[in-house]
Amino acid sequence: MTKESFLGYKGEALEAIRRVGAEIGDLIRITKGGQVYEGILIPRSEYGDDKHIVIKLRSGYNIGVRLTPDAKVEKVGKGEKPAFVAPPLPEQNPALPKVSVISTGGTIASRVDYRTGAVRPALSASDLYSVVPELASIARVDAQILFSLYSENITPAHWTEMAKTVAEKIGEGVDGVVIAHGTDTMGYSAAALSFALQNLPVPVIFVGSQRSADRPSSDAATNLTGAVLAAAKAPFAEVAVAMHETISDTAIVLHRGTKVRKCHTSRRDAFKTVNATPLARIMENSITMLTNDYQRRDPSRKLMVKPNFSDKVALVKFYPGMNPAIIDWHVDNGYKAIVLEGTGLGHVAKTLFQPIKRAVDKGLLVAMASQCIWGRVNMNVYETGRDLLALGVIPLEDMLAETATVKLMWIYGQTDSLEEAKRLLKTNIAGEFSPRTLYTVEENKP
Amino acid sequence: MTTSQIDYTQIGLKVGLEIHQQLDTSTKLFCHCKPELFKEEPEITFLRRLRPTQSELGQIDPAAHFEFQKGVKILYEANSQTSCLVEMDEEPPHPLSMEAVEIALTAALMMNATPVDEIHVMRKTVIDGSNTTGFQRTCVIALNGTIKVGEKTVPIQHVSLEEDAARKTGEEGTTIRYRIDRLGIPLIEVATAPAINTPKEAGEVALAIGKILRATGKVKRGLGTIRQDLNISIKGGALTEIKGIQELELIPLVVEYEVQRQLNLIKISQELAEAGASPENLKEEFFDVTEVFQQTGCKVLRKAIEKGHRILAVKLPNFAGFLKRELMPGIRLGTEMADRARFWGRVGGIFHTDELPAYGITAQEVEALKRAVAAQPSDAVVFVADTPENAAEALKAVMERAREALKGVPEETRAANPDGTTRYMRPRPGAARMYPETDIPPIQLTEEYVNKVRQNLPELPEQKLQRLMREYSLNQKLARQLIDSEYAELFEKIAKECKVPPTTIAAFLTETLKALKREGTPVENLSEHKIIEIFKALEAGEITKEALPEIAAWTSKNPDKTLKDAIENLGLKVLREEELEKILDQIISQNKDSIEKSGAKAFGLIMGIAMKELRGKANAEIVSKIIKKKIGIS
Repeated sequence: MTKESFLGYKGEALEAIRRVGAEIGDLIRITKGGQVYEGILIPRSEYGDDKHIVIKLRSGYNIGVRLTPDAKVEKVGKGEKPAFVAPPLPEQNPALPKVSVISTGGTIASRVDYRTGAVRPALSASDLYSVVPELASIARVDAQILFSLYSENITPAHWTEMAKTVAEKIGEGVDGVVIAHGTDTMGYSAAALSFALQNLPVPVIFVGSQRSADRPSSDAATNLTGAVLAAAKAPFAEVAVAMHETISDTAIVLHRGTKVRKCHTSRRDAFKTVNATPLARIMENSITMLTNDYQRRDPSRKLMVKPNFSDKVALVKFYPGMNPAIIDWHVDNGYKAIVLEGTGLGHVAKTLFQPIKRAVDKGLLVAMASQCIWGRVNMNVYETGRDLLALGVIPLEDMLAETATVKLMWIYGQTDSLEEAKRLLKTNIAGEFSPRTLYTVEENKP
Repeated sequence: MTTSQIDYTQIGLKVGLEIHQQLDTSTKLFCHCKPELFKEEPEITFLRRLRPTQSELGQIDPAAHFEFQKGVKILYEANSQTSCLVEMDEEPPHPLSMEAVEIALTAALMMNATPVDEIHVMRKTVIDGSNTTGFQRTCVIALNGTIKVGEKTVPIQHVSLEEDAARKTGEEGTTIRYRIDRLGIPLIEVATAPAINTPKEAGEVALAIGKILRATGKVKRGLGTIRQDLNISIKGGALTEIKGIQELELIPLVVEYEVQRQLNLIKISQELAEAGASPENLKEEFFDVTEVFQQTGCKVLRKAIEKGHRILAVKLPNFAGFLKRELMPGIRLGTEMADRARFWGRVGGIFHTDELPAYGITAQEVEALKRAVAAQPSDAVVFVADTPENAAEALKAVMERAREALKGVPEETRAANPDGTTRYMRPRPGAARMYPETDIPPIQLTEEYVNKVRQNLPELPEQKLQRLMREYSLNQKLARQLIDSEYAELFEKIAKECKVPPTTIAAFLTETLKALKREGTPVENLSEHKIIEIFKALEAGEITKEALPEIAAWTSKNPDKTLKDAIENLGLKVLREEELEKILDQIISQNKDSIEKSGAKAFGLIMGIAMKELRGKANAEIVSKIIKKKIGIS
């Protein structure tokens, strides 16, 4: 029997189940203290204790039954494995654009096994169509699973693979690519691909969901529909993130990959374009551009793939009382660049000056972004800023600290030369910074 | 058929009850919002769509899917007092409120139920918009209880704790409005086995459960805080689920009506067969009969035609006369078809030949209509005016109901009307769509904890009855009325806080309020706080006992006004002694002759005149004393 047959059970409870030859989904009966509990054996949370067995009663409710010394466990019936029959693929309209959906994790589409409560991702094209049938009227979709990772486990090595896979798909002539991604680090990945995939002929759209796809109120299907529509038809050819614009299901907004950040732990509109205007908005299946400043879709454009990243770049957030040795540690451990997330206009405490000087002297690139998130760093206003500039710290304009980190990882994936790194850092590659800070209402929003 | 002739045992009546009662907790079930409603304009609105999720078997609930395909949108209304991101489904739920768990556990133990060892919160799929998540969170607290109702022991299947749903505030086209203030208020659900066999018994069981819940002292009271659902079936009929009965008194009537309905439907199905109606003859063939009504005097049809809508008709062979057959008061088979048409086709209603000519439709038009669809005299014709799509959906639903009429009673979920009749709500959901709420860890009920709660159980209603009689010298009738009312706890509170005879308080809380309610006074507006305030005023001598009903009535009708306003408006302020003497002097001088003639015997006359004028403004004893003094008797 596989591990799945006893999912989550251990110790005493596992022993009791095994003894009667039951596995998840079987009908079992527990008799104790004059009460009889009968129901389907349900998986147990990994962090649950080993003293309870969870069953689903006929009424549909789950309860945990404690294994007391007098408890008698019996298996009364074999569970029937649900046989999912995928509905047939809807007819593909050959006139529709082709979109490739690449899944890296998170469940953008899923179905529930009401018998055991398990939520299973739907990832094949036919799965996607059966769960989100609207897709069939937007594009011819092909789907593939690249990884199944919680996004916090994604590393620069995964970005490399993502970039190569997207490049392959574009090479096959698709009209756009959608990457389904867990939301936690989706902003980082979007920035990474913005640098790794230059000269894009078609759009590459990241999409996620803030409410899991198994619930009727999930934002997954609307976000996915928006992402596929953007990949198929948007006039731009850039890396973008497609998510809810507000907490209503009315609009999907497309954020430029280098300017987007997750700014809320749980809201549907957690993603915000910082220090810029979002690229476009989708309402009722129609795309409206919100800026003129974008790279036009052009299938004849030749994609340049630069998929390498270095992991010797650190993002260090300054806080009052920070131990200066933290900077030294990075220097001593072979780091090539440090992005400081300083206070206000771009400051850190005097106590850090010495280690920063040492880092610069040792050939590290030290750059400054602000922990304010919104706004531009300006290190000429206060003495501290001027001192840091004098030490060789490079101000990062209105670039997000996260984007700056990713950019430096990418830069050191391309070159080992400090001079070249500095040049690239100051070159606007994918709209990651701008000389003008415009007033946007987003500043008033979370 | 009148219900008094029905032998409920013979027809195999089985009723199960589900009582939902809001708990009086300090917070909601899964967040820290106040469990209160708001009347003002909403501060926050947002628009959502709910998508039916697919089960592992690839199935989607048909009603749910239908709603989604129709593009139904939900506009939620909220304010920051009563909702946070949790109700908006913008933040995961917080852990289950242990305050609510304890109340539910208390009630469960009072019903001899066995607590579960570990509580698992479930998601019950509900996608009509009443839950922002698309599911209702619910969990079983205890199983297999019993309650005694008279001589009978009624099994309690389970006691659960769940979140109340948002309340519907309107519907405009395909947009449904819900207010989420109520969403998340803790509800206890008590479900009996289908072991109730008469309408009367259903009422008694509901009352008994209600009393136990109130005995916890931790449930909300007033309209809308308790809702009863019924499962009703008879032999040869089908299981009908009736939702949302707010008044306990209605339960026996709802059961009676449903029995009537099922018996009538069974009879109709037999007669339809005899009349030659059959499923093969029910063809989904819709005729566009807009031309027939080009010159119609019927306003509804004319308006529809002006809007560019079409009129579609369908023939129901051998159904003539059956659509007007009454199933329960005011509800005909045609009404049930109209309910279905409204639900599935989102149309305003239907017309059918059993009720025509009427509504401005002439006999000639009816004839032309029948010709247009080639109907025989024994056929019924149903028609709808709407967009062709909606009209077709509506007629399809009518056909479905007609097919069911041939078989007898359809399984369905119905909603209770205030008069005890019911209306179609939705098809009965398939197997319970429940899956675990993974955002909330299971909660273990340890033996120590359960024992602690068990040792502190409140007294049962019968024990309380005896104590009220003993401690407050109430007679049995008043004490029982109190126990049966929602006010037993309030009674004790007032009796402890105010030096007023307990009988006065009890009589007010039972007889007076009941009488006012009978007259149509909205006594549910009387908050506990207001009632206490009234008795404080009585204690202070600011008002008289006689003034209580009038003050209670006025305060009920003017819930936003103060007690002072009530007293002033009604002129029921107790007069100061000088004022009183002045009025009495006047009365005495006006009746000088009588006093001179009859002497002390005139006291009765003067007292009568005085109390008529002073009722509610002066204490009778004081009035009597002053009069006696003034006319010289002692």
